[in-house]
Amino acid sequence: MSFIPGQPVTAVVQRIEIHKLRDGDNLILGFSIGGGIDQDPSQNPFSEDKTDKGIYVTRVSKGGPAEVAGLRMGDKIMQVNGWDMTMVTHDQARKKLTKKGEDVVRLLVTRKSLENAVRQSMMH
Amino acid sequence: MDNESQYSGYSYKSSHSRSSRKHRDRRDRHRSKSRDSSSRGDKSVTIQAPGEPLLDAESTRGDDRDDNWGETTTVVTGTSEHSVSNEDLTRASKELEDSSPLECRRFAGPVLSGILGLFALLTPLAFLLLPQLLWRDSLEPCGTPCEGLYVSLAFKLLVLLISSWALFLRPPRATLPRFFVFRCLLMALVFLFVASYWLFYGVRVLEPRERDYRGIVGYAVSLVDALLFIQYLALVLLEVRHLRPAFCLKVVRTTDGASRFYNVGHLSIQRAAVWVLDHYYTDFPVYNPALLNLPKSILSKKMSGFKVYSLGEENSTNNSTGQSRAMIAAAARRRDNSHNEYYYEEAEMDRRVRKRKARLVVAVEEAFTHIKRLQDDEAATSPKHPREVMDPREAAQAIFAPMARAMQKYLRTTRQQPYHSMESIIAHLQFCITHNMTPKAFLERYLTPGPTMQYQRENGRGRQWTLVSEEPVTSALRQGLVFSLRRLDFSLVVTVTPLPFLNLGEEFIDPKSHKFVMRLQSETSV
Repeated sequence: MSFIPGQPVTAVVQRIEIHKLRDGDNLILGFSIGGGIDQDPSQNPFSEDKTDKGIYVTRVSKGGPAEVAGLRMGDKIMQVNGWDMTMVTHDQARKKLTKKGEDVVRLLVTRKSLENAVRQSMMH
Repeated sequence: MDNESQYSGYSYKSSHSRSSRKHRDRRDRHRSKSRDSSSRGDKSVTIQAPGEPLLDAESTRGDDRDDNWGETTTVVTGTSEHSVSNEDLTRASKELEDSSPLECRRFAGPVLSGILGLFALLTPLAFLLLPQLLWRDSLEPCGTPCEGLYVSLAFKLLVLLISSWALFLRPPRATLPRFFVFRCLLMALVFLFVASYWLFYGVRVLEPRERDYRGIVGYAVSLVDALLFIQYLALVLLEVRHLRPAFCLKVVRTTDGASRFYNVGHLSIQRAAVWVLDHYYTDFPVYNPALLNLPKSILSKKMSGFKVYSLGEENSTNNSTGQSRAMIAAAARRRDNSHNEYYYEEAEMDRRVRKRKARLVVAVEEAFTHIKRLQDDEAATSPKHPREVMDPREAAQAIFAPMARAMQKYLRTTRQQPYHSMESIIAHLQFCITHNMTPKAFLERYLTPGPTMQYQRENGRGRQWTLVSEEPVTSALRQGLVFSLRRLDFSLVVTVTPLPFLNLGEEFIDPKSHKFVMRLQSETSV
């Protein structure tokens, strides 16, 4: 998850497909996000690089659709249904996740353990 | 007749043995309290008898070198300060050896330079007067240009005189071990200068009896100009050069580690030593030899070491070193609890000092409430209450009695009693009363150990210090130089470091550039 300005971002990602749960009138996913290009990146407890302004998963509610689908706290969301999440404001990210017409969101998330696992498997 | 009842209580107490004192105290307490209540109404000065015996159990511990004024508080008679204790004797002998045998050595340098200066100042006048005296008739008359030159000459001589008096004619406060290089240089310069002028004068004017008087006056004026410039040079070399700070001196006293940092300019080692000593007398707390060491009870426990027995035949040559090394190693490995005792001893000492200090402060505050300054109009308008009007000395003696014991105990606990005799305390009390000081101001002198200057006696003999240095003492200060100033029982070690060179940069901040935003960390649940 290193970021070199001017170069495309490369990361090891995992595809996660979350089916939204209907709760009354709204569809909930069961997690909370933090971050964004309009936020203060130094307050992010999950990022390695404290200048990273990406969208991070700050909380996953127990038993919710996100946890069932395999989302973990501290994951960085790179794409939501094809929309980029690395250079968006907080509100734009929220909107992309809570579109009323969509039942399923397909996320590309990355976390440190993924990279470690890949590196380990490459070494053997 | 109103005071003698209380005083008699003290004085007859002193003549009896200590064991019966406690009983007498209790009886006196009851008696004097009843006496106080009757006399308080009509007298302005009342003295309350103290509630404790004069000597308590722990006063026998510690020094009993100078306690003749506390127990026998015959305040009125005032004979106690004439007894000479051991401390006074050693101090007097130190004073005797402090005085330099040749007092005049202090003034040799300034006298020489004074003579030279006077000679240089009188020379232009001599230049002007000699032709007038010797061959007045053949001199050409000299009109207004000469008068202008006369005026300028007089004015310049006056300026030279005043500035020499202001700058250079001061009694020196220190005799330096070596010559003061710059001053010698300047004196030699002045001497050469004046001598060469006289030489030229003798050859060109006196011999052929020069008739051009205006030239002679111009000659004298040029001498005075040159003297003014030499004085400017002297000012720069002697006074100004060492004003801008260039070095930082760290001064540490060897006996108790008191240290200070000073900034000085470019000086030679001996002048820096004088500078340091000037500031030593006002900055460093006074050196009290009684406050130094750990009590022996703590240190002696370390020394009860192991005895090493050697079994079998060994070489006797390396036996002793092996033994001592083994002992040291064993002593180091052994569990050492003396720090524990030191800690508790310190805590106990602090507590004791604070207790005594509290008692002293209360006693002094109370004592000061007995005294009131008499306003001028009161003396005339109250004839029906004839108060006894006292001068400061009597007032001080009157209120000294109740605080005497608390003061003595406090001084003894803080090991300050050699520095304050009863006479000096009464004198200080009188001083404070005269200047309307509060009890706290009176106590300021005793609660903190002041600088050494406070305890100096007024004598003209001076203090003997020895400058110990590996470099010649007239060399200039530079980095890494170390010298020490030694006195009989302690010394000051001075280390020189140059002040860091400061690279000062500039940053301009536009006042309109101060803008702020709120920090956002929002968390949205989706």
